[in-house]
Order: sequence, then structure tokens, then C-alpha cells
Amino acid sequence: MRRVGVFICHCGTNIAATVDCQKVAEAAKSFPGVVFSMDYKYMCSDPGQAVIKEAIKTHNLNRVVVASCTPRMHEPTFRKTLAGAGMNPYLFEMTNLREQCSWVHSDKEKATEKAIDLVKMSVAKVQKNRELFPDYIPINKKALVIGGGIAGMQAALDIADAGYKVTLVEREPTIGGKMPMLDKTFPTMDCSACISTPKMVDVAQHPNIELMSFSEVQEVNGFIGNFDVKIKKKAKYVDYSKCTGCGLCETKCPKKVPNEYDLGMGVRPSIYKPFAQAVPSKPIIDAKNCRKLVNGKCGVCAKVCPTGAVNYEDRDEIISDTFGAIVMATGYDLFKWEGAYGEYGYGKFPDVITGLQFERMVNASGPTGGKIIRPSDGEEPKTVAFIKCVGSRDPLKGKITCSRACCMYTAKHAHQVLDKISESKAYVFYMDVRTVGKGYEEFYENTLHDKAVYVRGRVSKIYQEGKKLILKAEDTLSCKAIQVKADLVVLATAMVPSAGSRELAQIVGFLPDLNGWYQEAHPKLRPVETPTGGVFLAGTCQGPKDIPDSVAQAGAAAAKVMGLFSNEQLETNPMTAKVNETICSGCGTCAPLCPYKAIQLIDVQERVHGKFVERKVAHVNNGLCQGCGACTVACRPGAIDLQGYQNDQILEEVDALWAW
Amino acid sequence: MGVVENNWEPKILAFCCNWCSYSGADLAGLNRMQYPENIRILRVPCSARVNPQYVLRAFMRGADGVLVAGCHPGDCHYSTGNYYTRRRFLLMQLFLEYNGVDPQRFQARWISGAEAGKFKTTVTKLCEEIKASGPNRKLRDAK
Repeated sequence: MRRVGVFICHCGTNIAATVDCQKVAEAAKSFPGVVFSMDYKYMCSDPGQAVIKEAIKTHNLNRVVVASCTPRMHEPTFRKTLAGAGMNPYLFEMTNLREQCSWVHSDKEKATEKAIDLVKMSVAKVQKNRELFPDYIPINKKALVIGGGIAGMQAALDIADAGYKVTLVEREPTIGGKMPMLDKTFPTMDCSACISTPKMVDVAQHPNIELMSFSEVQEVNGFIGNFDVKIKKKAKYVDYSKCTGCGLCETKCPKKVPNEYDLGMGVRPSIYKPFAQAVPSKPIIDAKNCRKLVNGKCGVCAKVCPTGAVNYEDRDEIISDTFGAIVMATGYDLFKWEGAYGEYGYGKFPDVITGLQFERMVNASGPTGGKIIRPSDGEEPKTVAFIKCVGSRDPLKGKITCSRACCMYTAKHAHQVLDKISESKAYVFYMDVRTVGKGYEEFYENTLHDKAVYVRGRVSKIYQEGKKLILKAEDTLSCKAIQVKADLVVLATAMVPSAGSRELAQIVGFLPDLNGWYQEAHPKLRPVETPTGGVFLAGTCQGPKDIPDSVAQAGAAAAKVMGLFSNEQLETNPMTAKVNETICSGCGTCAPLCPYKAIQLIDVQERVHGKFVERKVAHVNNGLCQGCGACTVACRPGAIDLQGYQNDQILEEVDALWAW
Repeated sequence: MGVVENNWEPKILAFCCNWCSYSGADLAGLNRMQYPENIRILRVPCSARVNPQYVLRAFMRGADGVLVAGCHPGDCHYSTGNYYTRRRFLLMQLFLEYNGVDPQRFQARWISGAEAGKFKTTVTKLCEEIKASGPNRKLRDAK
């Protein structure tokens, strides 16, 4: 016997001004199963909740409907009220009278009529509500951080400092990411390497952090609290347990190739550390370029190594481990402008470089020792032009997104040119100047005081005339075509998701957004979580951002992991799909539809005519199922249903609208 | 065709996914945007939860129009749910047409949690269209 209680909230005048709450409460009394109905000024207030509890007791209610604001606001509140009154919290439905009725309508009569309909739907549904109970799953208190840039390092350090074990996986031979490549950081002009390399050392030395450099995540199975992960340790050809990092091999290696770390502006040997302060401070062999590994002739590094650490027989190795949480910190790459911007020469002019190349050049440990030069002839440029938004805010050739850091680093670059080169000129071509961070606008103002010339307009053409590069553009503020003769052009190229990040997201089990950035669970309220439970986001993998924002987000992601790990067990959402095994035909149609790989076919034994037979049925893993219900629609025998949104519940709601 | 009563108002059922369209509707409320009272929102976790059977049942009970609203393709809270919705929606429209029902009575729309304005214009326009089509008599249970 269903005994439904209906509680209509006035929400002060928020609902009562447009909906006749008394009339709705009166109408509800005639709905099937309703034994009690009332209206009240503030249902969510302490006395309001006490009224519900009291009514549950006096009227022996076993189903409750509260018609008030959106369930997205107070559903958890009222569920607790029910639990407090000794009822199962899922024998409850909420009607949205405020956001979806009183606030969007003004005709009181029609709004009241609609409100009665909405309450009808809830009353109809709640009669079919079943008691639901959460499951509890244990948590493996060890975190996996993917990506060892500033965000990944910060997240790893924060989690490790809280006393939990962390494995940090980095695909490059060194951690650090892009930050140590930079010269100075805006707006304080701190030396970037000086503040990032100590963090790298901290990571390597932290007793709770296992650092896996030159490794990649290959496979992720499982769910929040229990992810089974396979990590590929790529062959380094150097035994790190023997190597002391003396660097002798690097000096003797005869094969030199362009240095990726300096963006091709310098050279490195085939056995190398990416840069002097690399962590781990030990080399790897670049197998594609090593003479010994390519054609078997050479072996110099093995001969000179004083500890016998070089091992040409080294092979990739797969490591399996279990983690409770995953932090994605895969960072960004720079947009490949050479393939898109013909007007800037498709990369054929050596003196048109990117902002990151400029960073390496102006960096004292870079290929030019900190001297700004023209790559073509090594001369000091007197006029440097900067072009912003190359690939950013340009859906035709690049990305629609703003890369957020370029306005500031271009202001910094212009300042550095004017500061380092006497009697130099800096032109900055821009669309808008966006200086949103703390101290950023002041920094930009200083660059203007340095007499950097800001021109609002996009450069339409670059061509060479003698040794000079001619830039043609329109100054859109004075509506005049202008032309600048420059010695060096620096492009502020867009940030794009790092190579392979889409594939990695699929491996881990979530999807990136339309632009390839990792999608957060909620843009405002859950900005460091993915929709997949236990997978968190840190840094630029979620979208372009600068260093302070990346570090802040990494800390936030770490806090989420710590929050998760502070529990011994995890309560699962009971509104998951459930299989009625007796009618499941084991066809398996549902399994591939599940975005979380939560459905598997399992064998069950049954007694048929006195004999045991084995057959396959679908089985839902509650830890993985997020409760979307996609499987339920595809199920042919109708064996899968979604608890809390069952077929009979929804059909009752539909029926109530017209049949009652 | 029978005569449409003077004071006839359509009743439209809208299945809204919890994460995008339902919160878009909430935001429309928060912004006090006004739209016709003819819409009844039914909350589902994902647009992919909407069994075509529900749509059919609504029409058979007397719904004059049905809307299924979910997250934008690529933005589904459950990664891929709305892709299924998209395919099911097209099939459902064909099915309605096959049965001699104006397929425009059934619509699917992508409305994000931030698109309160789109929610308002979508339901307002749908309501006008259904008003122009008149009451659903074809699929409605004989009374």
C-alpha cells in the first residue's frame, strides 16, 4: 500500500507569487495514493524539514514528494530528511516548481494548472520508486599522475606530501615539461628554470613518488578506487641502476642530430639528456639515430662508460599496477603554423620564428647563450615584429580558442627585445590585448612605456626584401595600411592539446571536448574532474592556461584525490543499470553501447529440467556504471533497467499527464 | 478534420537530460525568461535514456508534441549518449511519418546547461509550431 505525502513549498514568494500553492496542495489530495498533502513557506528550512519528518510519522508515509526548487539544488537535502525519519532516501521525488514553472511564467492560473500537472508526474513516479542501497567499494590509495610538466609535478608533490603514494609517468626522457624551456616568467620576470628545476628534483627525491620517465600509459581498466593500469617503460638502452650521470658518453658520441629541446636551433648527441638539469639526470639512447642500434657499427658510448651502464639489448617493458585515482596532466603542444599560414611563408623564412624558439634563444642556457640573433645570419636584429593569435581565435586556419598566455608572453618578449638590444624597435600586431591575471595589466603597461609599438590588426603578408622581412598589415584603429621592415618576426602560436592526448583519453575512459581539450565534469562547479569518476585534470590538458593557473589547478586536483583517499570505502551511486537475469537472453547488444565498459557477459548456472545448464547473461559493474541508461533502450528482452529511472516510473509519469 | 476548440492549448512533453538541457531550463528560470506554459519537463539522466517507447506512449496518451533535449554532440556527460539519441530520433521521425503523423511533432534539440536563451526560444518555437499543426488526433487513444 503506497502512502504518499506531498509537500508544496512557497519558497517565500518565489513560487507562491505565480503558483497558487494551496490549490496545488488541495488538488494533490485527489491523486491516487496520496494520503497527506500540505503547503508550507520554506520546505527546505529546519522547521520545514521537521514538518516533513513529523508527517511521515503521523501519517505513516512510505513515499514523499516535495514540490519546490530544482532537484539539482535540494534533492540531497530532502533525501537526508527522509533518511533522518528512518525512510530509504530513494523513496522520494522532487517537483521543480520554481526554476521550471513559477519563474518562467506569469499567468497565475495557467502556472497553477501546470504546477498541478508537474506534481502529478512526481506522485505517479514515486509510487514506483524502490528502496535503493549504495554499494561500498574499497579504495586503493595510490595515485597515478600522467604527465610530468609543472602541473603534473605539483599534483604529484601535493598528493605525496599528504602521505599517499604517487606514480608519475612522463613520456619524455625528463620531467619538467615546457616550463624549464622558458627564459623568464611574466609578470614577475622570475627565472623560469630556477623555479621549476628545484621542483623536478623534489619529485625525484620524494619518498612517496615513483618517477617513471620515458614511459607511457598503455591500458587502463577498472574504475574509481581501483584502476588497473599497464605502463610501458620504453627502452632507454642505459641501465639507470649503474649510470652515475657523469655525461662522458654524451661528449664522445659521434652522431649529432638537431636538439628537440632547443626546437632544432642546436644539436645534441644520440645518447643524450635533453638539457643540463634534466631529471632523471641520466641519458637515454635515441634508437632512431644511434649508429650502433641502426647498423651495428660504433659502440663508443659503451666503451667509454666507466660503470658499464650502456645496454644495447634493452627492450620495452610493461609494468602493471593498481591505482585509486588518476590525474591527467598531459599539457599542450604548439600549433604547427608552417602547415597553415602561407602568408607568413609556410616556414620558408628562417627569420620567422615562434615564441618558444624566442624563449630558447633569450634563455642563457639556450643555443645562443641568451643572445637574440637572426637564425639566418646570426646578426642582432634591430627591429623585431611580433604577431599574436597565430592559430588562436582563427577558426579558418587554426583554432577558435584563445590561448590565454600569448598576450602576456608577447609583452614580455617585446620588453626583452627593448631591454637587451640597444636602439631596437618592437612592433606587436594584435587583435585584442587580454591581460586578465594579477599584475598582468601593469606588466603590459610597462611594455608600452618601454615604447613597444602596438598595432591593432593582423599581418596579411610577409615577404623578403634583401635581408629584411616586410610585413604588410592594416592598422584597424586608424584604418590605414601599414608596412613594417623587420629583421626578425616572432609568432605567438596557439596552444593545442598535446600529441596523442585524444588517444590517451580514450585509453583512460573519457572524451575530450570539440577542440581536443579534456572536458571537465562541470565548467563551474567541477572544473578539475572528468565525467569519469576518479579521473582528475590538472594544467593545460583541460584548456590553455598560464603557469599560475596550471599550478593552482594541479593543487585543486590533488585536493580532490586526497579527499577521495581520506575515505576507506567508496559509496557508489545506486542509480545504476540492473539486469534481470531471468529474462536476459545474453545477446550482448548492450555491452558495446556502454561508454564505461561497465557491462560484461558472465556465465550463470541454472537448473533446467533437473539438469544444470550454463548460459551467458549481461552483468553490470556498479563501480563503473554511471547511470546514463543508454543500454536500457537497446535491450531487446527488456532485461536491463535503470534504477531510479525505471521504465515503469517514466511511463507512469507520461501516463499521469493525460490519464489522471 | 474536426473543429479545433477555441480555447485549445497544446500539451507538450519535454524529456530533458539532467546535465545539459534540464540545467539549461533551470538557468532560464534563474534568469526569469518567459516561455509558454504548455511545456512539461520530464527529467532523465541522459537523452539516451529516452526509450522511443516513451515517445510513442506520450503520443498515444494525447501529447501534442514531444521534445527530447540533450547535451551538444561531443559534450555528452556520459560521453556518447546523445549520439544514440540522434540516431533514434531520426528513426522515430521516420516511424511517425510512416504512421501518417506529422514528424515535426517530435523534435530533438541540443541545449547546453549554459544555453538558457536557446531553451526558451526552442520551446517557444516548438509551441507555436504545434499550435499551428493543431491537436494530435491520429495517435491518441480512442476515447
